[in-house]
Amino acid sequence: MGRVVNVVLAGLGGQGVIKASDILADAAFRDGRDVKKAEIHGMSQRGGSVTSDVRFGDEVLSPMIPRGEADFVVVCAASEVEVVRPLVREGGLLIPPDLVDVKLLSDRRSLNVALLGALSHHLDIQDESWIEAIRAALPPRLHEMNERAFRLGRSAAAAV
Amino acid sequence: MPTERKLLSGDEAVAAAAVDAAVHLGTGYPGTPSTEILEAFGALGGWAQWAPNEKVALEVALGASFGGARTLVTMKHVGVNVAADPLFTAAYTGVTGGLVLVSADDPGMASSQNEQDNRHYARAAGVPMLEPSDSQEAYDLARTAWELSERFQLPVILRMTTRVCHGKSIVTRSAAESPRTPSFVRDIPGRVMVPAHARPAHLRLRKKLDELKAWGEASDLIVERPGGRALGVVSSGVTARHVREAVPDARLLELKLLHPLPIERIRTFARSVDRCFVLEEGDPYFADEIRAAGIAVEAKAPEYRFGEMSVDRVRRLLGLDTAPEPLPTKGKPPQLCDACPYHPVYSALQKLDCIVAGDIGCYSLGVMEPYRAMDTLVAMGASLGVGLGLRHVLPDAEARRVVSIIGDSTFVHTGVNGLIEMVYNPPKTGHVVIILDNGTTAMTGQQEHPGTGRTLGHDATGKFSLEGFARAAGVENVDVVDPVKDPAGFLSLLEGRLSKPELSVIVARRPCILAAADIRAWDRANAEKCGGCAGEA
Ligand SMILES: Cc1ncc(C[n+]2csc(CCOP(=O)(O)OP(=O)(O)O)c2C)c(N)n1
Ligand code: SF4
Repeated sequence: MGRVVNVVLAGLGGQGVIKASDILADAAFRDGRDVKKAEIHGMSQRGGSVTSDVRFGDEVLSPMIPRGEADFVVVCAASEVEVVRPLVREGGLLIPPDLVDVKLLSDRRSLNVALLGALSHHLDIQDESWIEAIRAALPPRLHEMNERAFRLGRSAAAAV
Repeated sequence: MPTERKLLSGDEAVAAAAVDAAVHLGTGYPGTPSTEILEAFGALGGWAQWAPNEKVALEVALGASFGGARTLVTMKHVGVNVAADPLFTAAYTGVTGGLVLVSADDPGMASSQNEQDNRHYARAAGVPMLEPSDSQEAYDLARTAWELSERFQLPVILRMTTRVCHGKSIVTRSAAESPRTPSFVRDIPGRVMVPAHARPAHLRLRKKLDELKAWGEASDLIVERPGGRALGVVSSGVTARHVREAVPDARLLELKLLHPLPIERIRTFARSVDRCFVLEEGDPYFADEIRAAGIAVEAKAPEYRFGEMSVDRVRRLLGLDTAPEPLPTKGKPPQLCDACPYHPVYSALQKLDCIVAGDIGCYSLGVMEPYRAMDTLVAMGASLGVGLGLRHVLPDAEARRVVSIIGDSTFVHTGVNGLIEMVYNPPKTGHVVIILDNGTTAMTGQQEHPGTGRTLGHDATGKFSLEGFARAAGVENVDVVDPVKDPAGFLSLLEGRLSKPELSVIVARRPCILAAADIRAWDRANAEKCGGCAGEA
């Protein structure tokens, strides 16, 4: 059975953490995996910490990633990096927000998608699935900007 | 397209099930994590409406069900407390069209004031309860719930939890049913619960539950997953998923019917294994009932009653991991938005050193730094009664500092009753109530309510006037002010009102900044739709 890949997305309310996890879950789904996603989004609009768990593979049981078993933790806010570090498994990867130079983004609100681009470098999900998922999650006027952000993030990860 | 696979949240799956089960009417009151069900049902073309509170929602659904229509009622766990009065007697009257009440529980209190376990309600009210563990089951069990409701003529509770409501997983829909035409069939002894009718109705209810139990014992709502005989686990909901992940070799009895509990199936299962463990989130609901039936099982230690279950906790409970539980990660707490219209209000309350009987909503964040301007928060609508109680007994100098503060949606929900109490039993120092009218139910993601004058789908409808209600109720001073436009004016108005032994309501009206642009757009669209008559109603 294919191993389940565990990804935690983290940040602050308003940064599009949940949107990013929706895109990741949808991309994995379009790629034919079993997917589960879980998050707490009570008062997330009011700037508090937000995390979302996405798990995909042949069969996913629990929707929540056991602590310290995340293969990847993608963090949108610098202030959250140390908070979520204990979630990464040994040998796992934390993708911090400064991996992407926000000055190169036409809108800093696309940082969430840029970091997904960085994550995509490490995952075996087809490009079309990512692009379709981005387009399905966002209104058409934001497609181009976010696809550019996604590519920027991917090259940043490839350059490391 | 029914056979299409989709990635849906549990809430969206219930909405899809409601559409496919030809549910006539969906109603409820917002509350995390249940809110998205009715929104999704409306977006899929279902008839969805917000009620002022959960009790009214259940009553509307019950009436529709008496008329033969299938109905859906949604609320968070504490909403069932508000709806409990009609619920307990609806179990006696029974229903005609299927009625499914979704109780969305919040173990761990991601966004709630308590973590009550609503499985107790099924037993207390005597109604069937089903619990899904992911979105596909949310869909399937919702469909089953309407069938069961009609077959046994009882309201059915679909109990969900935060992880199932907000979690997403893959769903395939099944064939849709066609709607029926409601019609009224008189049944006076069955629906008029005077004692002479209610006594036989209670007997009927117990008989139905016996039949349901016999049916449930043999039904596919009890799933046994094979495994070795060394360890057997009885579980339900998302916890059962944690169990399958943590101990894949264990034999598992997964309960999707939580009430009536299939005790004989559990007895047989427990006998079939060397060690039988009951693993459940929240209260020892299963464990107590199973042990009361004389079945020897192990159950979790008391400290696991608090918070959510998880794969880690299952491992710990079964002794597979003996390290102490790590403290949860501590993130940044939420706070009032920078441009929130509540800032000047809390700043005034802080300056005047008020004793603040608070309530539940975004405005509860006034308890945080820098204001710390809230002294009590108990239940929706409680700010009125609690404020009045404090005014009644405190020495005058302290009583005069007491203010009740409540949001617009919360005021309509259950604040109105407290206002009536204020007029009827006024404290001798008077009282001051601030209604924070930000034109939306911000806390749960900006839903409409009767005071906005817009429906769930944002169309224009009758508008409940907060100030009109306060005046009609007999409150002496009723002011409507914009605290952002004139913070100094707000402060001096509040100071003035506090100094008099009179009853005052101050409506602080200014839209939530996250909702303001949408509100303007909806109002514009509604004005265009009706060709300029919007100002009349
Ligand atoms: C009985 C009950 N139903 C629902 C909720 C969820 N809930 C908490 S506050 C609230 C309404 C908040 O709206 P409002 O009073 O307008 O304040 P705002 O959030 O806009 O500041 C809701 C729906 C609850 N806590 N209790
Ligand atoms: S969402 Fe609206 S009501 Fe809530 S804190 Fe922000 S501005 Fe205030």
